[in-house]
Amino acid sequence: MSAEVFTEHVLVWLGPVPLTRTMATSVATSLFLWGALAPVGRAVARTPEGRLAAAGRLMYRFLRNLVTETVGHPSRGLEIFSGSLFLFIAGAALLGQLPGFAPPTTNLAATSALAVLVFLAVPFAGIRARGLSGYFKRYFQPSPLFFPLHLVSELSRTLALALRLFGNMMSGHLIVALIVALVGLLVPVPLMALDLLIGLLQAYIFTILASVYIGAAIRVGEEEGA
Amino acid sequence: MSEHTILALVSIITAGLTMALGAIGAAFGESRIGAAGMDALARQPDEAGAITRNQFVALAMVESTAIFCLVIALVLLFANPLLPAR
Repeated sequence: MSAEVFTEHVLVWLGPVPLTRTMATSVATSLFLWGALAPVGRAVARTPEGRLAAAGRLMYRFLRNLVTETVGHPSRGLEIFSGSLFLFIAGAALLGQLPGFAPPTTNLAATSALAVLVFLAVPFAGIRARGLSGYFKRYFQPSPLFFPLHLVSELSRTLALALRLFGNMMSGHLIVALIVALVGLLVPVPLMALDLLIGLLQAYIFTILASVYIGAAIRVGEEEGA
Repeated sequence: MSEHTILALVSIITAGLTMALGAIGAAFGESRIGAAGMDALARQPDEAGAITRNQFVALAMVESTAIFCLVIALVLLFANPLLPAR
């Protein structure tokens, strides 16, 4: 068993640019999602009464409820952003059950990239919803003394997002790999099921936390008015 | 024992200790969240959706301490800066 926990397997060097396995698996996950969900989208448009369309609508309603309940009102941009995060992480966890496929989320760089996306989306959504001064007023909210605390909380929660996803996905992957190396047949199956469950749960949690962070930025000032 | 053997030994023992001690706190915290969630569900079954959602978020928050311990243990085992690279 080769343990690649923090190191990265480079497939090809394109000049000075390494093409790593995580990049390949990320693209594979995106292609898988596109291939699996494009027919669902077509079905919703063409045969709204069919089963595929019903499944697509159920999925969309789940994501819309998640965003609406965390933000307080429907927000189309956040639905797209959070939905993409959820589908990518869940799709990676699903594909991770294939033999020899390490989900891109078992790589710290990939999960950090997702967390940085959330980190950047917070001021973007906040400024778009509240304006520049309206958004940055939040950092000085109870008193200007709290400014460094707000900064530290933004950075530490981004770090926690990345490390939480990485730790959960990598631990499941490592445990399955260890048991496979020890026993091999059939014994790892319950652990793989647990790994899949944890992967889907982490996708849900990552999405909820991202929605909560972005929703808090959108709702700056609403609490004082209420 | 050479210096590197001692370092490797201490790293392995520390990784185990990190995980063991880190799991205790998270386990206690998560059990309390689970108990409180069940209590709230029994009192207000109508609010099951909101309770479950908030419970999952709280569980994830508490669990991250154990996950940080896991990452530190993994660093000690697989990316130890004091040991020579394999």
